[in-house]
Amino acid sequence: MSWSGAEPELIVEARGLTKRFGDFEAVRGIDVAVRRGESFGFLGPNGAGKTSTMRMISAVSRPTAGELTIFGLDPRTEGPRIRAGLGVVPQEDTLELELSVRWNLEMFGRYFDLPRAEIRQRTAELLEFVQLSDRANSRVDDLSGGMRRRLTIARALINQPQLLILDEPTTGLDPQARHLLWDRLYRLKREGVTLIITTHYMDEAEQLCDRLVVMDHGAIVAHGTPRELIDQHSTREVVELRFGEEGVEPTPARLASFAQRVEVLPDRTLLYVDDGDEALRDVHGDGLTPLSALVRRSSLEDVFLRLTGRTLVE
Amino acid sequence: MTSGLLDQAPRAGWARWRRSWWYHATVYAQTWRGSVAGAILFPFLFLLAMGVGVGHLVTAHVGQVDGESYLDFLAPGLLATTAMQLGEGESLWPVLGALKWVRTYHAAVATPLEPEDVLAGKLSWVTTRGVATGVIYTVIIGLFGALHSWWALTLPLIGGLVTLAFAAPLVAWASGVESDGAFVVFYRFGTVPMFLFSATFYPLDAYPGYLRPVVQLAPLYHGVALARAAASGHGATPALLAHGAVLAALALVGITVGRRRMRRRLVD
Repeated sequence: MSWSGAEPELIVEARGLTKRFGDFEAVRGIDVAVRRGESFGFLGPNGAGKTSTMRMISAVSRPTAGELTIFGLDPRTEGPRIRAGLGVVPQEDTLELELSVRWNLEMFGRYFDLPRAEIRQRTAELLEFVQLSDRANSRVDDLSGGMRRRLTIARALINQPQLLILDEPTTGLDPQARHLLWDRLYRLKREGVTLIITTHYMDEAEQLCDRLVVMDHGAIVAHGTPRELIDQHSTREVVELRFGEEGVEPTPARLASFAQRVEVLPDRTLLYVDDGDEALRDVHGDGLTPLSALVRRSSLEDVFLRLTGRTLVE
Repeated sequence: MTSGLLDQAPRAGWARWRRSWWYHATVYAQTWRGSVAGAILFPFLFLLAMGVGVGHLVTAHVGQVDGESYLDFLAPGLLATTAMQLGEGESLWPVLGALKWVRTYHAAVATPLEPEDVLAGKLSWVTTRGVATGVIYTVIIGLFGALHSWWALTLPLIGGLVTLAFAAPLVAWASGVESDGAFVVFYRFGTVPMFLFSATFYPLDAYPGYLRPVVQLAPLYHGVALARAAASGHGATPALLAHGAVLAALALVGITVGRRRMRRRLVD
């Protein structure tokens, strides 16, 4: 029964993974391999199929087609065993609102059949880890959104999972709460926990993920490290121009002479270039006077725009 | 470093069921807020007012009811009625809430638990409460001197059976709906008439003959009749076979449908 002698390097392996709901194909035959100890991201807009993929990788939802192994085990037959080694942070907190912070952790530990003494010790450690020790006896109902999120993460760690799956972990949090949460996730990664994160925030993906896939309409449209994706699908720098009133902005054709590629968005125009300052000088030299101009490095947002023709967060 | 958990043998279904039962029990223990005091006070007051008070009038004007004093007649029916209310109250809003609003059942199936374990834990916990309520009622009914047979020792189990016979189909119902709109309708036009007209307060033969089969369609009628037979000892064996079978069938249908729906709702 023990497989610890041959722990697979691939924590998750999917080939042709597909999920259909009736006629709707939420996940369209994706291939994914997540290695032990890495932090792996699924980046994509709402409705890209990220959550459906997460639910299959969590050994909860059954794949409609394709192959999937988690810890080298088949979730169709080994669901309870796989889930014993997983921590899941769902998109919405699923806490017992009327119970205290401490009870939420202790009761969840019982689901994993952990000994009581161990649960108590883990609870104290985890409350410390997510900085909720002073709120241990508060009702969950009385916590802020950021605190609930941290409690949900603590709860997902009660069984010391090898793989932590986080679905949109920071959606709806203020910047301070997000950074605190990111910090905790870095620490887990340093401790050797494999992370799988879905997000539609490109800064989050860049901050947290060693490797990621970009999903759109249920399919993977690109994969690699954040750096590789940017190098492959975008230029080094981007010039963002805003031209105020309508009708004033120059035609994309005119701008195209300054850039390798031009994207016109409703509120701004993006010039994809290798040297932003030089391109901006050219723009001004041509007699154009944008209301504002910003030179920045390319980001995953640009990758996504390039690959799908749409922005991530509308 | 953490592979120890996976090295454990896969847990048998009953072990996961036990954990789910324990979870429900703990939530209850943390949030009961005096419901136990009410569970003792209510039957005591009700038997005092209806059994003794109204019973005095009935005895004076009618005499015996079905060969029993009115108190003896009423008390077991009260146990069945309370068991029904318990089964209902735990099964509609709390289940839809755990599936849709608070989503705690979704949290449960992210652990080694399967949807069937969640259902089994829920129903067995509610049944446990039905039995516990049955014990309280049996003791109080005994204190009023309304128990006349060793069969009365089965009253707590009957309480559990009635609770499950209502809880199982209603949990199955709640697992399949998206909104609670119909629940209120069910209470108004299902529960309340059943409470009033299931031959709890007067015998079945008070109805005209053509209405009796209608009353006998009500699940609560069978719970009341079974509890009454157990308390008095009159016709206990045939009552168990007939009424007990109806209640068991309801529970079985509820469990069968509920398992399917819970799985579809939580896992697909």
